[in-house]
Amino acid sequence: MSDETTTRQAAPETTAAGATPRPEGAAVPRPAAERPAGGLAEQAVLRTEHLRVLYGGVPAVRDVSMEIQRNRITALIGPSGCGKSTLLRCFNRMNDLIPSAAVEGRVLYHGADLYGPKVDPVEVRKRIGMVFQKPNPFPKSIYDNVAFGPRVLGMKVSMDEVVERSLRQAALWDEVKDRLKENAYGMSGGQQQRLCIARALATNPDVILMDEPCSALDPISTNRIEDLMFELRDEYSIVIVTHNMQQAARVSDMTAFLTVEVDEHDHRTGRVVEYDETQKIFSTPKDERTEAYVTGRFG
Amino acid sequence: MATGPAGRGGFRLRPSVRRVADEAGAATEASIALGTTQRGEMVKGYAFLGLLLLSILIALAMLVTLILDAIIEGAPRLDLALITNFASSLPGEAGLQAAIFGTLWVMLGLVITVVPLGVGAAIYLEEYASRDRWYNRFIELNIQNLAAVPSIVFGILGLGLIVRGGLSLGPVAYAGALTLSLLVLPTVILAAREAIRAVPDSHRQASLAVGATKWQTIRHHVLPSAIPGIMTGTILAVARAIGETAPLLLVGATVFVTFNPDGLFAEGYTTLPVQIFNWVTRPQDEFRVLSAAGIVVLLAVLLLVNAAAIYIRNRWYKKRV
Repeated sequence: MSDETTTRQAAPETTAAGATPRPEGAAVPRPAAERPAGGLAEQAVLRTEHLRVLYGGVPAVRDVSMEIQRNRITALIGPSGCGKSTLLRCFNRMNDLIPSAAVEGRVLYHGADLYGPKVDPVEVRKRIGMVFQKPNPFPKSIYDNVAFGPRVLGMKVSMDEVVERSLRQAALWDEVKDRLKENAYGMSGGQQQRLCIARALATNPDVILMDEPCSALDPISTNRIEDLMFELRDEYSIVIVTHNMQQAARVSDMTAFLTVEVDEHDHRTGRVVEYDETQKIFSTPKDERTEAYVTGRFG
Repeated sequence: MATGPAGRGGFRLRPSVRRVADEAGAATEASIALGTTQRGEMVKGYAFLGLLLLSILIALAMLVTLILDAIIEGAPRLDLALITNFASSLPGEAGLQAAIFGTLWVMLGLVITVVPLGVGAAIYLEEYASRDRWYNRFIELNIQNLAAVPSIVFGILGLGLIVRGGLSLGPVAYAGALTLSLLVLPTVILAAREAIRAVPDSHRQASLAVGATKWQTIRHHVLPSAIPGIMTGTILAVARAIGETAPLLLVGATVFVTFNPDGLFAEGYTTLPVQIFNWVTRPQDEFRVLSAAGIVVLLAVLLLVNAAAIYIRNRWYKKRV
């Protein structure tokens, strides 16, 4: 199964998942800020246990057990079709939008199962934001793009402040502060992507997932986004999928290398080969497949 | 061998033959053959373009003939009295005021009924229905079937279910509007579905990813982006419905009304096509002139309403960008 297939969304046929009413007091874990302090033992924001994702009964990723650490940038790298994006989309339940997708195993967010029976995917996505491969601002003003999240979530905040803070955090404020009411489509691609980051930040998430956020951008815009990620690391935990190994080496603290295994039915299934500190992955990988990939001999 | 007589001889081969021959190799041969092919294809292209223009001309000529014929024939009666007078058995005094207001009332009833129903059905089918379920496929198939049902059948249904029977509204304007709603509902649903499908998926994903619910996503992103398309479909549907005569005759549009309808639920209304139909069937020549003038008024009313709808749609579009 190719990467394109795994990330394709079938919105016209989405399940009713997104429409589930939010049950009061649903068993959703609280974000880090609300938790008791002194959680040094609680370094892992997200932990997967024997995670397996199937599309129409065919596994796309299997046996993923890894921890995403707080205030770290974690990169998922690997060849096309290895399930990087699929894995990423498990973390905010975006896979729910594909009717044929099924998730097995567990994904724990601060210890609580994201796929537990009482968990509302809408609540999950409030805390775990996402930035997509192609900049996808709404056809609205810059201001409304950022304000959309807090508005629909009914956040009791000063909207002007939230918009300014988010745009500042996304290193976009100075460029757009005089044209907040203008349509976001008038911005450059790099600006649009930073706007999408600002939009994700506006709801005050805990984790930000980035699905190849720079693949549609030029090198200068890419550079700005990478700088931005370093700044955001202090407050957020970031998981980034990237095709670009240099990018993974530059920005990430931790790197997971995924590869594709083809079984006798010609089903392509991704799995994590090696997960370690980025420095180790790129200098002294334990697995020869990792070494072959990061040195450019394969993939 | 670029331009020798032998090379020219090759032109007489049919282009397809030459192409096959050229696949064997020689580059120069290929380029010469290409020239031949292009000339042949160019003639074909122009011929095709000519046919296309002819099709358009025929359609246009029909329209112009229709309008001119109606205007010329109706000219003696194209005056203010035509739209200010009520029905009369004297052709010189008969006018269309009741029919114009009746048409507007029916149109209003039609729009407020068919838009919510059609858009609602389209949202369900596009955003919620899973095609894996047999009943959703069944619904889809039958909406398409519904679009092919003759209008007189809807008239009978309207008479049996809306005027009498279940709803028993009586012969009121809204009964006519409801009947016409059933008639054009499939058109509105199909147009709205197209418009909803055209909204990029990336907008839905972006919205869901910040924690919006499905309904919020539809309400804030899908519907606003789809509204221009939905309006276009609705305009076409309403235009079609307003021209309908047969179902309205069945559900109680009367042909001789000397007062304006008093709202959606007042009895005694007529519409322009019904009035025109009635005039055409009269034996006197004066009524034929009257019906031609009536056709001009009907076209004018349709154009005005469409223009207003398009104006609103474009303003909406501009506001968003």
